[in-house]
Amino acid sequence: MIETADQIFVILQHWIVGFAPAGVRWILAALFSVIAILGAFGGLFAVTTILERKGLGRIQNRLGPNRVGPFGILQPIADAVKSLTKEDVVPYAADKVVHFLAPVVLVLGAFSVYAVLPVGRNMVLANLDAGVLFFFAVGSVMELSVFMAGWSSRNKYSLLGAMRAISQMISYEVPLILSSITVIMAAGSLSTVAIIEKQAGYTGILPHWYVFTPWGFAGFVLFMIAATAESNRSPFDLPEGESEIIAGYYIEYSGFKFALFFLGEYLGMFAISGMGITLFLGGWGAPLSFLAWVPSYLWFFAKLLAMIAVFIWIRGTLPRLRMDQLLNFAWKFMLPMALINLVTAGLWHFLPQGGLRWLVCILMVVVPYVLLGRGLMQGQRLEKRVYQFAE
Amino acid sequence: MLGEGIAKGLAETARNFFGSYVSKERLTTVQFPEERLPQPEAARDFPFLVYDGPDWQAGLRCVGCQICEKECPPKCIYIEKSKDKKPDALGKPQFYPAVFNIDISVCMSCQICVEVCPFEAIKMDTEFELSTDDRFGGLLWDKSQLAKSNEHYNKIHPTEAAEVDARLAEEKAKAEAKAKAAVQAAAQAAAKAAEAKASPAPPSAPPSGSAPSDSAPSGSAAPSAPATSSSSSTVAKND
Ligand code: SF4
Ligand code: SF4
Repeated sequence: MIETADQIFVILQHWIVGFAPAGVRWILAALFSVIAILGAFGGLFAVTTILERKGLGRIQNRLGPNRVGPFGILQPIADAVKSLTKEDVVPYAADKVVHFLAPVVLVLGAFSVYAVLPVGRNMVLANLDAGVLFFFAVGSVMELSVFMAGWSSRNKYSLLGAMRAISQMISYEVPLILSSITVIMAAGSLSTVAIIEKQAGYTGILPHWYVFTPWGFAGFVLFMIAATAESNRSPFDLPEGESEIIAGYYIEYSGFKFALFFLGEYLGMFAISGMGITLFLGGWGAPLSFLAWVPSYLWFFAKLLAMIAVFIWIRGTLPRLRMDQLLNFAWKFMLPMALINLVTAGLWHFLPQGGLRWLVCILMVVVPYVLLGRGLMQGQRLEKRVYQFAE
Repeated sequence: MLGEGIAKGLAETARNFFGSYVSKERLTTVQFPEERLPQPEAARDFPFLVYDGPDWQAGLRCVGCQICEKECPPKCIYIEKSKDKKPDALGKPQFYPAVFNIDISVCMSCQICVEVCPFEAIKMDTEFELSTDDRFGGLLWDKSQLAKSNEHYNKIHPTEAAEVDARLAEEKAKAEAKAKAAVQAAAQAAAKAAEAKASPAPPSAPPSGSAPSDSAPSGSAAPSAPATSSSSSTVAKND
């Protein structure tokens, strides 16, 4: 029974595919998975927009949208209708083809990375041997599409936004990948499915997730910070800073193309959160051994929603960074931390099990954190500003 | 240490988030169409014409003097004065506005019309839900739309209306006393004239005959003096 509930979608897929002639079965199976991914994550996008607006509202002691439907839960539908019926304006001087392609490429890229993301037991579209590599390679298509959008609009602001996006995404891609390499080292595989299987056991009731090791914890935090920057979320939303460059690279987009950008951005956020879950939080595994009967996909989505909640929380808390702060943080803090963390993960592997291993590895994480943090904060003291001429 | 401030900030926003579900003071939103805050007494938006008594056409205080039309800075008042006279609230024959239009899409709510009106005939309303799909006709109000009762005025601006009512009552009493005095004087003069008729008529008799008609202009001039003081008092209050 439990087994059936867990595998219900896999069984359903086999059942439907069974009706087709043998030659086209693989196409039908892939199609089934693709439709499921499109539906699930498209729906999650709608849910997230309303959750985000409500959550941000509450953080700011407002109510948030509450007019469409009971408690405003139908707001995404109203938003969709609005963006579909809006006029689609393309600037006269824009490079029309690239301008049109940019949001399409973004959404395509954002959806393709879900191919290697296991959302449940046996629920992955393609179990590639180099799944993590595929994820990051395809994920960087988003940078390309952002630059396409910014450049083709022929607008100073969008070009500036695109330049910011490129410098930010390239800077943060380094710590992002370096922090995930620790997991690849530990698991000894690039396949997402294998990585999850490595984290499947339990000690007592606690799972063997990588986040529960010193290097895993540091790696997870680094990964999530870099993921925030990669998905252009606040406080790293410089490419679309409304107050400085209006809306950055999508200033010249309206109507449905704008909605596509929005969709792509959120899909990117879900995908990278899903990757974080896969690498550090045991994927679809249950957090406590006696909860293993809950279907695996429910665990995945519960973890994903928790991550989204943290993203919203952070967005409601932190103000936007300045460009120099952003790059300093990436190169002076994140990169050294990620490199030291690689060494820590290696030590963890070779030291014998026991208290010493924990002590050494915790020190390897905490000491650099404190020192690097101090270095980063140096010369950043807030002082009373002296105005030379105004006195 | 790095991250301390971030942790503090996260705690603060979390407090806000959960606090907004439990404490009413945090959530200050007023859900407008269903919930409303009472308007402050000094609220104002567009002018209306005050009338006394039950019938708005008979009770309109406006005498069509067109002072407000001349003073209105954006010139959004349009008045056509009547040719005939009708008795006003005091029973005195007065002109009345045959047409009185205000284009509230032009009106800037400056209240100057209220301050210059010598007859307390035009006041500021507080009704603000005036949206209409007819941009021109829907916002050009004629006198039937503008006329509102004195009770309405008392309801929206109680303090101010009470002052105005007291002043009007005082004027009315004064006018009545004056009329009575004039009637008495006329009666006395008539008696004197009748007395004088017996003896040869003195040349100073005719002026005594004009005494009753003299009371009318002085009666209509009387309200204008307090009216200027009333306008200055409204100014003081609005400051
Ligand atoms: S409030 Fe001002 S603008 Fe409006 S009608 Fe009176 S004088 Fe004119
Ligand atoms: S100033 Fe007063 S009495 Fe004269 S026309 Fe205007 S509202 Fe009527």
